[in-house]
Amino acid sequence: MSPSDFLVIPFDDWINAFVRGWLVPSFRPFFRAVQVPITQVLNGLDAFFAFVPMLATTLVFALLALKFAGRGMAIFTVVGFFFIDMIGLWPETMTTLAMIVTAVLFCAVIGIPLGGILAARNDLAWKVVRPTLDIMQTIPSFVYLVPIVMLFGVGMAPGIIATVIFALPPIVRLTNLGIRNVRGDLIEASEAFGSTPLQMLFDVQLPLAMRTIMAGLNQTLMLALSMVVIAALIGAGGLGLVVNTGLGRLDVGQATAGGVGIVILAIVLDRITQGLGAPGQTISLRQTLLSMFRPGALAPVATGKVAS
Amino acid sequence: MTVKLKVKDVFKVFGDRPEEALQLLRSGESKEAIFQATGQTIGVQGAGFEVEEGQIFVVMGLSGSGKSTLVRMLNGLIRPTSGQILIDGDDVASCSTGKLRDIRRQKIAMVFQHFALFPHRTILENAAYGLKIKGVPAEERRAKALKALEQVGLSAWADSMPADLSGGMQQRVGLARGLATDPQILLMDEPFGALDPLIRREMQDELLALQATLKKTIIFITHDLNEALLLGDKIAIMKDGEIVQVGTAQDIVSHPANDYVAAFVADIDRGRVFTAETVASEPQVVQLNSDTAFDAVKTMEDQNLNAVYVMDGEEIAGVVTYQTAATADRDSGPADVHLSDVMLTEFPTADADTQLADLYGAASGGLPIAITDADNKLVGVIEPEAVFAQLSSETQEAAR
Repeated sequence: MSPSDFLVIPFDDWINAFVRGWLVPSFRPFFRAVQVPITQVLNGLDAFFAFVPMLATTLVFALLALKFAGRGMAIFTVVGFFFIDMIGLWPETMTTLAMIVTAVLFCAVIGIPLGGILAARNDLAWKVVRPTLDIMQTIPSFVYLVPIVMLFGVGMAPGIIATVIFALPPIVRLTNLGIRNVRGDLIEASEAFGSTPLQMLFDVQLPLAMRTIMAGLNQTLMLALSMVVIAALIGAGGLGLVVNTGLGRLDVGQATAGGVGIVILAIVLDRITQGLGAPGQTISLRQTLLSMFRPGALAPVATGKVAS
Repeated sequence: MTVKLKVKDVFKVFGDRPEEALQLLRSGESKEAIFQATGQTIGVQGAGFEVEEGQIFVVMGLSGSGKSTLVRMLNGLIRPTSGQILIDGDDVASCSTGKLRDIRRQKIAMVFQHFALFPHRTILENAAYGLKIKGVPAEERRAKALKALEQVGLSAWADSMPADLSGGMQQRVGLARGLATDPQILLMDEPFGALDPLIRREMQDELLALQATLKKTIIFITHDLNEALLLGDKIAIMKDGEIVQVGTAQDIVSHPANDYVAAFVADIDRGRVFTAETVASEPQVVQLNSDTAFDAVKTMEDQNLNAVYVMDGEEIAGVVTYQTAATADRDSGPADVHLSDVMLTEFPTADADTQLADLYGAASGGLPIAITDADNKLVGVIEPEAVFAQLSSETQEAAR
């Protein structure tokens, strides 16, 4: 005896009818149009990273690491990138880099205004945004791969869209947190001198929230990297494809090589962006590695920085 | 004196149904009863006062008395539930956001308890903040901000960051930021509350010195009665959202409106509230050239004095005590004793604004203190007993 003896809800049929019967046919042009800016940015970046010689790219990253994350990280960058090149994965790594940068760029463009300008100033907006983010973070990413493929097709751009959905929440949350945590008396002071809401945003709120926003950007970047393999399932190339191919052929060597490439790229990008957010304060390599396997492992550290 | 700021019957109710609470309040319900019934908190009730141009108006009350809410309503950071707040005739309580912004930019600046300096800006940029918001060009902004920093003695720190400065210095920057836009009204919300006592005292003196030249209209919030009495040309005492008394320091100390105020003023240092003027009496004098020791003795006996001042025309020549004058007069027999022979040329003087606390020393010498004006003319005399009588009414009241 169970409720299903009396009533069976054809939930999957409803969804099918909704997505296939209505959403896809009615909005196909819209979903195609959405891809255009993503494809443009991605192609541009991909061509750029492919064009710049390997040594030049390594040098730039090593210098960034030296400036923001210290000498040890600069050495790690050089050694790591050389290793990637020597195992023959440099072109794939650059494709992945282009994808990550594109995804993070779109996350920032969507997330900072959404989190900061809208949700942080309007409690009602936050009441809508917050549960949406919760849903985005709890739905397993495989679940939305299917509708994405149906709406956008397969390829690089749909892969990036899936990555953006997956990686967007932290930047929205932390921008919101950063702006809401700006001391009340500073807001009062700004207001008391007659500033407009925009003046207050750009003179006071955004600069003071910058550290938290950068922590959010770092989190978003890490999540985007962890989507690389999954996005490859729907046709995004790069290192994820290498791992997937290895998996399909049970080629443990190839899968490991792809994985190592992702980890090296992740460590370099993580440490550099952390340095951007909190100069003079770096997180240990162990924590960085942990965050690879547990998305959000860095979160307490990030909020700790906000509080201090 | 023109009235710069006028607050008329201002109420502030915190909560989502203020009108309801306001009606209950008008029908005579207490704050507690209204909170029980409606969940609305009364912040300020029925506040009304006027501030004249160039005055320091102190609002004094303990925490929770509504003083911070009151001051925030003056520049519209908090909008009152009802009532009027008139600055030069414009009602801050009801004007549009745009108009309010203009008033804040042009007329009214604020200094905060915890300084509220922008930590990501240099001292100079902090001081220039109000000017930047107003859209003043960079060059002019810099010059004006530097001038404001000079006024508070911090121009050397222009390029430092706020975190590099001590609390007292940070509040000077807060003051400079307020002064840089040259506002007519300066709101100061417990500005010295977060400073240690020595620095606080120093800042109070500095504020008074600045005010002597700047003549701003200042609304100063404090929980410290001594600070209120020291700074305020007029003082409003608040309790539970209501203003219980408005008056000068001396009014409040000598005629407290109710037991609450009386309990407050019981512990204060009366010597710092009352000035020489308040205890001075009409001078009784004798003339050096026309009067004799006998005349002096007679005057003192008539007026029941221990000593009397001797004038040489309009100038004070000295003071003669009853004892010396009477002894000399008796010893000389029938001959007249000239006053210059019995007169003391060393005598205590003070001006009318001297605080009584600073007259202890002079009063304990036993001679009456000569009160002189700017031209060194004798305008009054203080009997030593009067100083101690005024100071001791404190102990009498405390004992009661």
